[in-house]
Amino acid sequence: MIEAVLTGAVRGGTSIVFAGVGETIAERSGVTNLGTEGSMLCGALTAYAVGIETGSPWLGAIAGIAAGAILALLHAALVLWRGANQVATGLAITFLGIGATSLFGQDYVSQGVEPFTPWAIPGLSDIPLLGSVLFDHDPLTYLSFTIAPLAWWFLFRSATGLKIRAAGERPIVLSSMGIDHRPVRWLAVAIGGGLAGLGGAQLSTAFARTWSENMVAGRGFIAVALVIFAAWNPLLIVLGAYLFSGAVAFELELQARGTDVSIFLLDAIPYVVVLAVLALMSRRRTHAAPESLASVFDAAA
Amino acid sequence: MTTPSLTSTRSRSSRARLRTALVPLAALSLFAAACGDDAEEETTATEAAGSDATTAPDATEAAGGDTTAAPAGDSTACGVGVTKVGVIYVGSKDDFGYNQAAYEAAQAMGEAAGVEVINAENVPETVEDAVPVMEDMISQGATVIFATSYGHFQPAVEIAAAHPDVCVVHQGQFESSLEAPLDNLGTYFSSVFEPVYLAGIAAGSVSETGTLGYVYAFPIPQTLENINAFALGAQSVNPDATVIAVATANWCDPAKQAQAAQTLLDQGADVLTQHQDCTKTVIEAAEAAGVYSVGYHYDASSLAPEGWLTGSEWAWTDLYTDIVETAVAGEFVSSPYNGDYRFGYRDVAAPFVAFKPSVFGPAVSAETQTAITAAYDAFFADADGDGVGDFSVFTGPLADRDGTVRIEDGVSPDYTALDGFFSEPWFVAGVEGSLG
Repeated sequence: MIEAVLTGAVRGGTSIVFAGVGETIAERSGVTNLGTEGSMLCGALTAYAVGIETGSPWLGAIAGIAAGAILALLHAALVLWRGANQVATGLAITFLGIGATSLFGQDYVSQGVEPFTPWAIPGLSDIPLLGSVLFDHDPLTYLSFTIAPLAWWFLFRSATGLKIRAAGERPIVLSSMGIDHRPVRWLAVAIGGGLAGLGGAQLSTAFARTWSENMVAGRGFIAVALVIFAAWNPLLIVLGAYLFSGAVAFELELQARGTDVSIFLLDAIPYVVVLAVLALMSRRRTHAAPESLASVFDAAA
Repeated sequence: MTTPSLTSTRSRSSRARLRTALVPLAALSLFAAACGDDAEEETTATEAAGSDATTAPDATEAAGGDTTAAPAGDSTACGVGVTKVGVIYVGSKDDFGYNQAAYEAAQAMGEAAGVEVINAENVPETVEDAVPVMEDMISQGATVIFATSYGHFQPAVEIAAAHPDVCVVHQGQFESSLEAPLDNLGTYFSSVFEPVYLAGIAAGSVSETGTLGYVYAFPIPQTLENINAFALGAQSVNPDATVIAVATANWCDPAKQAQAAQTLLDQGADVLTQHQDCTKTVIEAAEAAGVYSVGYHYDASSLAPEGWLTGSEWAWTDLYTDIVETAVAGEFVSSPYNGDYRFGYRDVAAPFVAFKPSVFGPAVSAETQTAITAAYDAFFADADGDGVGDFSVFTGPLADRDGTVRIEDGVSPDYTALDGFFSEPWFVAGVEGSLG
């Protein structure tokens, strides 16, 4: 049971790790992107389609990153260039992503892609418990293990990361140094969308190995919610994503064991877990929010 | 370069604003995540090939009826002189599943009945979304509407009530559940659990662990009948066979299917099957894990060259065509389609069936194939000549897994009555998994 839940947490959580880390970077620059769900869908479809056309899931994943980033750049253009409301724009971007991928994805629903297959790491994958939980996954999942530490280093130890955080906290600090904060935000939003696209690519070409309309099914929104849970720390995103996905695996395990509870209640468990954690954390965590994010909710933003 | 302090002072007011703003935002995100399935509103309309009404005898005759005399039947009947038929689907026409089967049958019906078919895919199962789509079809001239998903029932009822001249048929639910049946409304469905029972025989025969995995969407009569029939079929050849059923609470969430498949594999299942609208993920997960798979809705044997056993496929064309031709003739009101039409293999005199077993995969031995063919023939055997096949999957006495008798001794519910026995969910002995 423990092994199954932990393995399920990693398998199902990988796409959310990518998207959540990406959204963390965007929000650190002061831009909330509720279009993450849309970027994931664009990434999922593009990776699937390019994977089919080229026969290479790797090229698919790269194309998925590009597709997710392009949709996020549209968000950036609207909110940074045109000054549109971030929340409303993000939601519209998501619905655009849903609609566009449904339309352009029709031809790919019935086709099969050459998927990423699991690589069991010799030796390590034989370790009891840890072996199956950590060392028997598709390549994108291994990549996801590195993405959060990389993002942490990028945000907190690199010069670009410093600019991103400054743009998110006090753009005026950048101005005083002669740096325009807007290109920094464009960059952060694009990175965020690219990672969401990679998360989508993992869903369609490694995990579910199919394309169907709206297949992200809310995971992008979960990723956005987790950013708050994680207090804008990419390392904690991993915890949140695995918590959510582990709850899904746990719920399915309970079902398989015939637990005498309505499946509708069981299905709600992952959402209740995230909501409960958010309710507990929000009071303590919002002080960690990038200060400029507050302006998202000001008319003067 | 000096490092500015990024976490120093901030005003109380911005902190308070954040607190009040971010929590609802998070809640909104979760809400949107939980309700994401309903968000899709992409519809497409295509015309059926070969729908040239002038060359089709039925349509020509019916069109003539408009200008000359009323055709046979009640002149106030719905759908008289049909030239356009609207069909709505909850998913994509390319889903390798339920919607693709319905879509392909609808196009074939268009050719066979000589009508134009207006299709709308990805129509959500809500009144707000589905009613306007059907209204649009009616404004384009459709006088027969097929609402093909379980949750399209309520929108279909509203359309039928608003348009007495349009025949509305719904796939899956029961008109008798309404307080006041309508003259222009009907429901139909078929006993797909019968080929599922046959597939259960194949699964029970090849399984080495005796554990079979079933991924389904929601505990409704259709899914419960299939799961129980699958178990009974498997147990007919392997009395110890168990079926583990897990619900995804979604007709098509491939990533959740992948997780559900993993859960079932972890439990030792060596055959996976499903009742989902999109079917690729579970079949590919089974193939990748080196276990067997049983298809549903559609022939997906190409996805699993090693592990494919068999499956159940829809074959709606003849029924759809007959419904439309009945409406064209103005005879809908007096036909069985104006009500709860249910049929299956046991209707030995029925002119058509609505589903067929899929091709056998390499793992199904000749011996097992013979046994399945014999079981198939048994459905149609009618020794007492009453028009009803002698063999029934659900024959009393049949108890649930807790020992409560659900179908009394000597009772063999007909297709229309059967769903009523599953209005409260139950599993036969040997089916594991949560209920409710």
